[in-house]
Amino acid sequence: MSEKQYYIPEGTYWPIIGSIGITTLLVGFANQMHGVSWGSSVMVLGFAITVFMLFGWLGQVVNESVNGKYNAQVDRSFRWGMSWFIFSEVMFFAAFFGALFYARTLSVPWLGGADNNVFTPELWNGFSASWQQIAFSTPGTVLQSGTAISIPTELVAATGLPALNTILLLLSGVTLTFAHHALRTDNRNHVVGWLIATIALGVAFLGFQVVEYGHAYATGLKLTSGIYGSTFYMLTGFHGFHVSLGVIMLTVILFRVQKGHFSSDNHFAFEGVAWYWHFVDVVWLGLFVFVYWV
Amino acid sequence: MGKLSKVIASSIALLSTAVFSEYGLNMTEGVTSISHDIYDLHMMVFWVCVVIAAIVFGAMFYSVFAHRKSKGAVAAQFHESTKAEILWTLVPVVILVGMAIPASKTLIDLEDTSKAEMTVKVTGHQWKWQYDYPKEGISFISNLAKTSKDSVASDIDNLNNENYKTGATSVDNYLLEVDKRLVLPVDTSIRFLITSNDVIHNWWVLDFGVKQDANPGFINDAWAKVDKIGTYRGQCAELCGKDHGFMPIVVDVVSKADYAKWVEKEQASAAAAIASATQVWSKADLMSKGKKVYESNCAGCHKMDGSGMPPIFPAIKDSAIANGIASEHMTIVLHGKAGMPTFKMLGDADLASVITYERNAFGNTGSVVQPSDVKSAR
Amino acid sequence: MTTATASHDTHHGPEKGLMRWVKTTNHKDIGTLYLWFAFSMLLIGGALAMGIRMELLQPGLQLMEPQFFNQLTTMHGLIMVFGAIMPAFVGLGNWLIPMMVGAPDMALPRMNNWSFWILPFAGGLLLSTFFMEGGAPAFGWTFYAPLSTTFAPDSTDFFIFAVHLLGFSSIMGAINIIATVLNMRAPAMKLMDMPLFVWTWLITSFLLIGAMPVLAGAVTMMLTDRNFGTAFFDATGGGDPVMFQHIFWFFGHPEVYIMILPAFGVVSHIIPTFSRKPLFGYSSMVYATASIAFLSYIVWAHHMFLTGMPVAGELYFMYATMLIAVPTGVKVFNWISTMWRGSMTFETPMLWAISFVFLFTIGGFSGLMLGIAPADIQYHDTYFVVAHFHYVLVTGALWSIIAATFYWLPKWTGKMYNESLAKIHFWWAVISVNVLFFPQHFLGLAGMPRRIPDYSLQFADFNFISSIGGFAFGASFILFTYIVFDCIRNGKPATARPWEGAKGLEWTLAPKAQYHSFNTPPSRELIESESQHS
Ligand code: HEA
Ligand code: HEA
Ligand code: HEC
Ligand code: CUA
Ligand SMILES: [Cu+2]
Repeated sequence: MSEKQYYIPEGTYWPIIGSIGITTLLVGFANQMHGVSWGSSVMVLGFAITVFMLFGWLGQVVNESVNGKYNAQVDRSFRWGMSWFIFSEVMFFAAFFGALFYARTLSVPWLGGADNNVFTPELWNGFSASWQQIAFSTPGTVLQSGTAISIPTELVAATGLPALNTILLLLSGVTLTFAHHALRTDNRNHVVGWLIATIALGVAFLGFQVVEYGHAYATGLKLTSGIYGSTFYMLTGFHGFHVSLGVIMLTVILFRVQKGHFSSDNHFAFEGVAWYWHFVDVVWLGLFVFVYWV
Repeated sequence: MGKLSKVIASSIALLSTAVFSEYGLNMTEGVTSISHDIYDLHMMVFWVCVVIAAIVFGAMFYSVFAHRKSKGAVAAQFHESTKAEILWTLVPVVILVGMAIPASKTLIDLEDTSKAEMTVKVTGHQWKWQYDYPKEGISFISNLAKTSKDSVASDIDNLNNENYKTGATSVDNYLLEVDKRLVLPVDTSIRFLITSNDVIHNWWVLDFGVKQDANPGFINDAWAKVDKIGTYRGQCAELCGKDHGFMPIVVDVVSKADYAKWVEKEQASAAAAIASATQVWSKADLMSKGKKVYESNCAGCHKMDGSGMPPIFPAIKDSAIANGIASEHMTIVLHGKAGMPTFKMLGDADLASVITYERNAFGNTGSVVQPSDVKSAR
Repeated sequence: MTTATASHDTHHGPEKGLMRWVKTTNHKDIGTLYLWFAFSMLLIGGALAMGIRMELLQPGLQLMEPQFFNQLTTMHGLIMVFGAIMPAFVGLGNWLIPMMVGAPDMALPRMNNWSFWILPFAGGLLLSTFFMEGGAPAFGWTFYAPLSTTFAPDSTDFFIFAVHLLGFSSIMGAINIIATVLNMRAPAMKLMDMPLFVWTWLITSFLLIGAMPVLAGAVTMMLTDRNFGTAFFDATGGGDPVMFQHIFWFFGHPEVYIMILPAFGVVSHIIPTFSRKPLFGYSSMVYATASIAFLSYIVWAHHMFLTGMPVAGELYFMYATMLIAVPTGVKVFNWISTMWRGSMTFETPMLWAISFVFLFTIGGFSGLMLGIAPADIQYHDTYFVVAHFHYVLVTGALWSIIAATFYWLPKWTGKMYNESLAKIHFWWAVISVNVLFFPQHFLGLAGMPRRIPDYSLQFADFNFISSIGGFAFGASFILFTYIVFDCIRNGKPATARPWEGAKGLEWTLAPKAQYHSFNTPPSRELIESESQHS
């Protein structure tokens, strides 16, 4: 289509199906957490509807794109959309990083009496603030002054698996860029090869992350072991979740490349996924520095 | 229907008897140096706003009246002036700086608690205040007074009651009276250490210019030096659940001599309480004392008749714990559980009696618990 | 054929029947859906407020348990903010932005449909909590931990998910608006040609994308604290309940500007129209809006002056907060200069706009007073705060929405509303709203805390007055509803440009704007002659 004409899609049922799916999923999840027996089945049903919606909706978009219905303007709209979506994801992570910084540099020292909290330690007999020793009693119970128990856990070291994982992810960024270059020069075989390499690196990262969790768990660091455990698992967990999404998206792209969906100058889907992957990569660098290293 | 017409009738009565002069339109000046400073700041900013408002709205209404089409006004076409924009950016900045200077001074002063001569620790509970005088060894709980709430409360007929209309006697302090007041000496710098045992509360006495969040797990501080003997009232100022509106604060500020006497009396009765806790009590004594403790401490959640508010607040009536083994009952009252707060700040005798009461009132058939049992269960 | 193009199919109209609304990808349909949704939420939230005012009519507990009162307060705040005001502005944005930038529709129409169709589900989830065991959330719209974590009923998890959904919808809506403004704008329209409503919405979108995900993070941490044993907001595990407030207000303060910037935009259209004079200081208006948005990210802790922050923090947040008065002042001054030496008439939209300037500024002044940290010790959590935010939200945000409704109703329906009824409605509303909220300043200064179901007797009179004002103001919405329906059903046909001084591309369209606004981009000449600053 030409640049002079606007593209407007026809009506669609996918959004309402998506809403039904997500709502079902969440209602099931909430009930499952409250110990209602049908909770998990409803959750699975909602998940299935959501996945169905994603396949259907994205499938339709792919179809339209392959049939040349989109012009350059539509392509730019997608680009704006994807970039600001990624920005919103950045802000989502920012909330958790904020919690990490706040707890580590403010609230934990305050519990130990820093700053204007000179009297606070009266509530916590014998507690001395340090980042890795921060569980007093089981969180969620009623506060009881004078019952400070520190459960020492080792800080998860930055060297070893986290460092290795950093290298893996950085490498995957490079291989993905190679794939992109190959796509631009229309070298399909190289695209496939580099994409497979990228996916493999992502999967390896996830595998090591699981091993890493095993180690951490063994030293007594759990989601429930105070703020250190909370921030550690929530940050790395959400990141891992995003890596998994990225791997799935890359795999879809891999199939689409093999089906010949992309041309050397028109491959927004590829680029969108690549941006997403780089975003996941950058978040990891933040994690590596602030969760493991410093 | 009867209810509604009464509401309307009493509303009319209210309006006709109401004297506006009695009701402050403005913040009180208060009785501490901080509250005076705050009042001055408040008035200063207020008047600045009034002046700006007069100019801005003056200009607006002038043009609304003078530049209307019906008067034949023809629209000018000017629509830009960098000079004007700069002017009305800079002038407000200057005004704001003028406000910020005294505000900063007051802020720094009120955060500096180092000059304190004595310390009172204030702990918020759902929904009452606990006061500790660490040096003097005094500790007590302050609840909303029953008389205060019952005087009007949900009984709509009381709206027509003479006391209410004239605003006299006990109803005067409707919702603002406690069963045991905080007592403080005049002309003394007092440091308040403020914390909470469950959710966030906020300890606020308007006349002191003291309002500070009570955060569970942290201790905040504030200070006041009261320069006038009198009774001062305040309320919890942070939403803390169901009875947030019913946890008032009453402070008696007394002369230093009276304060010393009060301290002596409190210490004596504390000693007596400890002594009585070593005795064996009769069931009747436990029950009658227990009823009082229950009504002021527990009925807020578990209700006067022990029916609770399921599912959030379980019933005590027919409760498995209240009819079961005493040790479990003591554990939950001493240490709390989820929404159930700990009550270990109460004395052994109080706890023994309230537990006995719960186990034998409302048709329950539990055992009797003695203060010595509580002591060993702690 | 699935496309609407300039070459053919210009009359490509809507489908028929109910499914039109479910399937629609049309910005006007979706805008309409948003507006009706927001309006019903306004009625529900308003009915809850009537419950609040009924209980507070007199001292004593006449109607409800304290716990239920807290549920009313909480749900009133949540529904008004997330259900009424925000969706109403997105609805206005949907309707107006494509017309104003000379586009046929939004940039991502299918996603636009989803942004809307999440809302009824999220709203339903939220409202359903009223019927759950333990009742609806009762911890205030600010849901401070640990009242909302350890001490809250099970329905809280549904509330959390509702917030997730609402956030998701808002983010998609914002992305769509950014893409539309930046990508669908008529090629001949430069950024500095855009009308102010478009500018304010563009900037609001950045606030949404920055703030909503942080709210999602906050409720996610709440969820795990409640159900999976994390300790973010729990000191027994090294967390801090105050941390919740920091994260919440990092969202919450930008949020209040999300609810006022589009209002500024609306007013910046109406005042020049009825003053028959170009908007004064167009570019400084744009810069002021951007500065407010920037500042709104760095002042959040002025809601937390009493949490026990270190003094340095309090000083910083006080200074930053006071600064916001400067760009906001610039806007007020520019509006007044626009009126100055104009040739004014006072049709209904103008009445709402002028009273907006007056009443919003009063709310702004009380905001400035709250921003003075030491004075906030006395104001915080009293009815003074309640008065402040209702002046900026009701006579600010809601006012502009009503003004916009009257101003653009002819363009939406092709018909005129009943001007004399509308004027009666205006005077009725503007008087009663002040009876409702002005006395609350006095209540607050005299020391009445907010969020209480019963109060001591010294507060009785002003509460009584406030409640009466509240009922009168509530009733004004019955008239408003009538006026709108009457316009849709029986209104006289409107002309394409029903307001003499109106400028803007939307007025160049048919009296009832055609289904797809601009199938061919408007020309440079047209854009220039319709621009706000020429
Ligand atoms: C649309 C929403 C909106 C808007 C626009 C504002 C605008 C402002 N608000 Fe408000 N605010 C709320 C919504 C809003 N607020 C809400 C909902 C709450 C309560 C939340 C809760 O706890 O539930 C709140 C609470 C709140 C607090 C916390 C109070 C407390 O809980 O203790 C504070 C404190 O600083 C504050 C300050 C301000 C300031 C300084 C502005 C400024 O932007 C105002 C600027 C405007 C002017 C000043 C007027 C015009 C200017 C001039 C004419 C120029 C000349 C003026 C001078 C130089 C003085 N607000
Ligand atoms: C965002 C916008 C917004 C709007 C528009 C309003 C509108 C109103 N608000 Fe509210 N309000 C908030 C946002 C808003 N509010 C927030 C954020 C809080 C804080 C919550 C918290 O503390 O957590 C709050 C809190 C709040 C309180 C304090 C509660 C407390 O602290 O306990 C009160 C009390 O008077 C109040 C009153 C009102 C009234 C009378 C209206 C009126 O303007 C409403 C008028 C509209 C109608 C009445 C609709 C008309 C309905 C019909 C025609 C249907 C028929 C119904 C009947 C007449 C019964 N609001
Ligand atoms: C803040 C509200 C509150 C107050 C005040 C309160 N309780 Fe409770 N109570 C609870 C809640 C909530 C539970 C349920 C705890 C759980 O099992 O999760 C509970 C449970 C109990 C139980 C166990 C009942 C059962 O069958 O499970 C007993 C016994 C009890 N409380 C006694 C007391 C006594 C004695 C007092 C006063 C000295 C008191 N409570 C004051 C909220 C309160
Ligand atoms: Cu305690 Cu409110
Ligand atoms: Cu704010």
